[in-house]
Amino acid sequence: MYILIAGGGKVGANLASTLLKMGHEVTLLENDRERYARLEERFEHVVRYGDATELFVLERAGVERADLVVAVTGDDEDNVIVCQVAKEKYGVAKCIARVNDPRNQPHFDMVGVGLTVSATATILALIEHELPEHQLVKLLDLHRENLEIVEFAIEAGSPAAGRSVRDLNLPSKSRLISVTRDGRAEIAIGDTELRPGDLVMAILEPGAEDELKRVLMAVPA
Amino acid sequence: MKVLIVGCGRVGSALALRMTDDGNDVTVIDEDPEALARLPEDWPGRFLQGHGLDTDVLIDAGIESADAAIIATDGDNTNIVIAQVAQKRFNVPCVVTRVLDPARAKFYKTLGLQTICATSAVIDTAFQAICDNPGRAA
Repeated sequence: MYILIAGGGKVGANLASTLLKMGHEVTLLENDRERYARLEERFEHVVRYGDATELFVLERAGVERADLVVAVTGDDEDNVIVCQVAKEKYGVAKCIARVNDPRNQPHFDMVGVGLTVSATATILALIEHELPEHQLVKLLDLHRENLEIVEFAIEAGSPAAGRSVRDLNLPSKSRLISVTRDGRAEIAIGDTELRPGDLVMAILEPGAEDELKRVLMAVPA
Repeated sequence: MKVLIVGCGRVGSALALRMTDDGNDVTVIDEDPEALARLPEDWPGRFLQGHGLDTDVLIDAGIESADAAIIATDGDNTNIVIAQVAQKRFNVPCVVTRVLDPARAKFYKTLGLQTICATSAVIDTAFQAICDNPGRAA
């Protein structure tokens, strides 16, 4: 595969060396003179100097024959533009963009850059997963599908404790996926009875969280 | 008309002044609070400090009911992203975007953005000034 990487920071440089080892053809674009000089010692002709949001820089790097464009600069606007231009102007099939500030995620989604990766959002999700006081934990965002998968624990005071899934008045935009009890997970079906201590996974449309919480979680005293 | 201007540099501030002189309701956003100094002290519009990509700032500035938005920060890519947010997400009826790079200005025009490229204007004007000069050497 021919892979074009915009941004030669730690992420971009490590990606480039790994992809090269895997046998892919790679071009790394870096816009900072000093950083470019350091990268050039390591990567030689693989790295090129230039602003990846300039169309002629992309063209000289052969964007038109790229199978994949990865935008991992430290600037979210630049990452959006690199992917949008690669996709819309040069017909690149796949783009991956780094989101530096999670608040910019909606902008990436709006433009439709393709896949996005955000270290901050990922770490935040992990922290939430580790913190028991966060009752409803987001496990996965399916941006393209506009769905998310969440996990939560059934507590003793929960209105759902002791009831079967069928009898719950779940929001229409949600479904329970599985129930984990004593370390064993089972698919949630209508007969599944929820008990205190159960870990439940659910899939829902963004926005239905509050309604789901009302049905499944204890009201704080 | 309710007008939102993002970026209060030479272009943004001058436009803001002209827009209020013309009787419009103008709000200006700039990251730098000092940018307000470009406008007269009795300027009747509203100034908000913040980043134009911050949706909360845009909403605070009234983008949801704006009739027009002018995006004129000093970053082409920032302008292009903000303009798309204004146009696609907030459905602002008229969005004008300053883009200094002629290539990006041209491409984003094909994607439906109203881009204005000062660089192209300078190139055309300079070319005409020299080549249309009747006194030039043949």
